Amino acid sequence: MALISALNPLLTTGWSRGDDGWRLADYEARGGYVQLRRLLNDKVSQDDLIAEVKKSVLRGRGGAGFPTGLKWSFMPRAFPGDKYVVCNSDEGEPGTFKDRDLMRFDPHSVIEGMIIAGYAMGAGRGYNYIHGEIFDIYERFEEALDEARSAGLLGQKILGSEFSFELFAHHGYGAYICGEETGLLESLEGKKGQPRYKPPFPASYGLYGKPTTINNTETFAAIPFILAIGGEKFLGMGKPNNGGTKLFSVSGHVNRPGNYEIPLGTPFSTLLDMAGGMRGGRKLKAVIPGGSSAPVLPAEIMMNTTMDYDSIAKAGSMLGSGAVIVMDETVCMVKALERLSYFYFEESCGQCTPCREGTGWLYRVVHRIEHGEGRPEDLDQLNRVTDNIMGRTICALGDAASLPVRSFINHFKSEFEYHIENKKCLIDPAVQRAGSGFFKMESA
Amino acid sequence: MSSTVNNLLSADALTRIERECAKYPVDQRQSAVMAALAIAQDELGWLAKDTIAAVAQILGMAPVAAYEVASFYNMYDLAPVGKFKITVCTNLPCALSGGVDAADYLKTKLGITFNETTADGKFTLKEGECLGACGDSPVMILNNKRMCSFMHPEQIDALLAECGHGKAGA
Repeated sequence: MALISALNPLLTTGWSRGDDGWRLADYEARGGYVQLRRLLNDKVSQDDLIAEVKKSVLRGRGGAGFPTGLKWSFMPRAFPGDKYVVCNSDEGEPGTFKDRDLMRFDPHSVIEGMIIAGYAMGAGRGYNYIHGEIFDIYERFEEALDEARSAGLLGQKILGSEFSFELFAHHGYGAYICGEETGLLESLEGKKGQPRYKPPFPASYGLYGKPTTINNTETFAAIPFILAIGGEKFLGMGKPNNGGTKLFSVSGHVNRPGNYEIPLGTPFSTLLDMAGGMRGGRKLKAVIPGGSSAPVLPAEIMMNTTMDYDSIAKAGSMLGSGAVIVMDETVCMVKALERLSYFYFEESCGQCTPCREGTGWLYRVVHRIEHGEGRPEDLDQLNRVTDNIMGRTICALGDAASLPVRSFINHFKSEFEYHIENKKCLIDPAVQRAGSGFFKMESA
Repeated sequence: MSSTVNNLLSADALTRIERECAKYPVDQRQSAVMAALAIAQDELGWLAKDTIAAVAQILGMAPVAAYEVASFYNMYDLAPVGKFKITVCTNLPCALSGGVDAADYLKTKLGITFNETTADGKFTLKEGECLGACGDSPVMILNNKRMCSFMHPEQIDALLAECGHGKAGA
């Protein structure tokens, strides 16, 4: 189990009992479904509810950071036909593993958040699209849905009110691209997960062509907690324009990889301390602060940055999904980029030529540099390929493949040049190998 | 045609597929194709073209549309695999904590590389992309469904022993 710890715990309050605290009775014992009951009993208006969410300045936790309340207000509530609420739990961004733990330890917070979203937007049906690789979590979520149905929290006329909402779980089966919201919708319709052109946006043309709102798992899970403490208080837990607490998945060269909940605006150094500091006491070299698609930042920049959307953007990267990949001095940056470039090459859906062909070029060129066959013109070549990908594709995967290439070369250019000139890694392969700690030769 | 379906999939699998279809609007049975293919694969070990066509027929979709799905998502096996398919994540966050070493260890133990099956037909090794459990690395999944966390040499040995590695017969 991923270790957890928190400053000002909110979303993770229910995690303390691990796998023994996820059931409906446990969730209700800690105040679960109280907010849903209140909305239904008091017949709170949709406008008031959405205004409260706006007040919290909750920004989308899946990566784009779009304000949730604003997104909800785009739904054509008066549209007479079917409307959908979809949860994006297709968590496949390398470095991100928070939604898995959210659904593992507190699935009902996600369910309650989705029901409330359905109420706010007049949607009658929802789907939670869960990453196929975490099948045990999908099964648990199905069990939690059964509990909610039996308790009258889902289905027709919920808790005797006039509001009806059905909710189902759907599993993926191995395609990173389905984390892109329109790729996810295609997949949910039983097709290849190839993203759609936007506009039209899902709010007007979503699942089965009907108005649809898609939010990340953590975004939905935050809703009941926000309503419990009030939007203003949630905002105050973070910093202006960056409301609340957020889960950060810390992986890589730290002593305690895991999920950590911290108020937005907390210094990176505090998060690093919470994760037990650097493995083996080694020196921090670089951090990818928002999942593999976010630009890498050198240690000195990270150590002076706070963890929130605006500060990380100012530092030259993205908060993304909150996946913090920590790398120490044993990492060869060329090799690290080679692995990421392979990922995007492998996962490009093939729909747009610049991405389908460009990701292959990026991988092959980084691969040849790593393997001692780099050419002096290769770094310019890589940057040129990213120029030809970025902004020329239907979805953001092309940009996601390009940003690591640009930032790795930008911040660690001398390492790439060393590789090209000397046909080998700057860092001894034996040192690199020891860094992983696989054989436990070193004690953490 | 319906006899083809009955011959390929058990009554239990058909029931489970119908349960998946019930999650979607009545005119959207195709939405259940991912779950239905997974159910068929669990039962038959892999997805032959006939199996995919049978699933398509149950859902009222064109066989090629089901094939497009089966070939797009990488957890479907379009060729036979061993009794135990182990998918190891070697992506960057896992590699930093031993994912590549875990894969190398498995390759040595099993005497195969990625996308190969042992001669006794027991084990297939696959390289996975992010499994969404980077905090638990090294991670691997067994037969698509079971996440195995913190897989250092001792734990890998235990997993292989549990699968009967080194024993004669299956």
